[in-house]
Amino acid sequence: MMNERDLFAALPTIDEAVSRRLHQRLVDVANAAGLLDVAYRTIETPVGTLLLAATAKGLVRVAYASEDHDLVLERLARDVSPRILRAPARLDGVAREIEEYFARRRSTFDVPLDLQLSHGFRRRVLSHLPEIGYGKTASYAAVAKAAGHPKAVRAVGSACANNPLPVVVPCHRVVRSDGTIGQYVGGVEAKHMLLALESAA
Amino acid sequence: MATKSIGVSQQPFEEIVAEHGPTVLRVCRAVLGRVDAEDAWSETFLAALSAYPRLRANSNIEAWLVTIAHRKALDHLRAASRRLVVTDEVPERPAKDGSPEGWESGLWEALEALPLKQRQTIAYHYLVGMPYLQVAEIVGGSEDAARRAAADGIATLRKTFPKGESR
Repeated sequence: MMNERDLFAALPTIDEAVSRRLHQRLVDVANAAGLLDVAYRTIETPVGTLLLAATAKGLVRVAYASEDHDLVLERLARDVSPRILRAPARLDGVAREIEEYFARRRSTFDVPLDLQLSHGFRRRVLSHLPEIGYGKTASYAAVAKAAGHPKAVRAVGSACANNPLPVVVPCHRVVRSDGTIGQYVGGVEAKHMLLALESAA
Repeated sequence: MATKSIGVSQQPFEEIVAEHGPTVLRVCRAVLGRVDAEDAWSETFLAALSAYPRLRANSNIEAWLVTIAHRKALDHLRAASRRLVVTDEVPERPAKDGSPEGWESGLWEALEALPLKQRQTIAYHYLVGMPYLQVAEIVGGSEDAARRAAADGIATLRKTFPKGESR
């Protein structure tokens, strides 16, 4: 004689195809209702798996695997909105541009950006970074000067270290005045790789 | 690792869907049957997504979702009974496309034949694992009444289900 729990254990688990279909449907209705505050996906690149997240305004976060994607999503929930779903479609354009960049077929990004995770001087620094052209580098001191605070060299360093949009906002092009490469949010190895990729073009 | 400060931050909603989506679908199937289950699931999670930022910290998320699913299922049952009155037509079951999609057990059909209150109490107690006190808060009535409804349903299932099982 089966007991009641065993009776219901006989019910099959929900299969993958149904889960995927329901998830996609939720993404669609949430998007249509204006409730998909943050959409995200991951993308494989030569510098590892990148997490891409976008609000309705634009790309809000690019994160290296070393930053811990689960932790990054938790912080997005806290700092932007907990209405977060894995919804690749909103990031198709960004993903395509990043793939082209790593294939050396693209030197600038022209997707809309949402800089809400960066404030004050840090945000001002980030807004100047695209002025450093593809394949070029600039010193932390030069960027400090461009941002209007020639003495704020260390603050430029921390703006780069906290760049919410690495790769797309090119903080990897900022190096030390003595010519050494300096730190990078994705690790020094990734910074080397990006600079090598750009200089080989 | 950083620990979440309680009352300030919430899990990304994606995690809520991954963790509770299958249970809510089983509830919708048990209460509604095949025709409306996925619509009710979708409506439940859309309503939950909308309200989620205002959910109190330390809420029982599973009970919150089941309560929403309970109401969405009732909406469907009311709409279905109106359809019956107006058109006298029962909606057709979607045709099977070859993939069983978790519907292969005859137990779903045995459940569908039970009265609503029995389906609800069985779903919330046995499929979700809620204590009868909590089940009663959702379906209304006393804890004892909820326990009796589930027991009556189980007694019927014991008569109908093993016979219908062909595996």
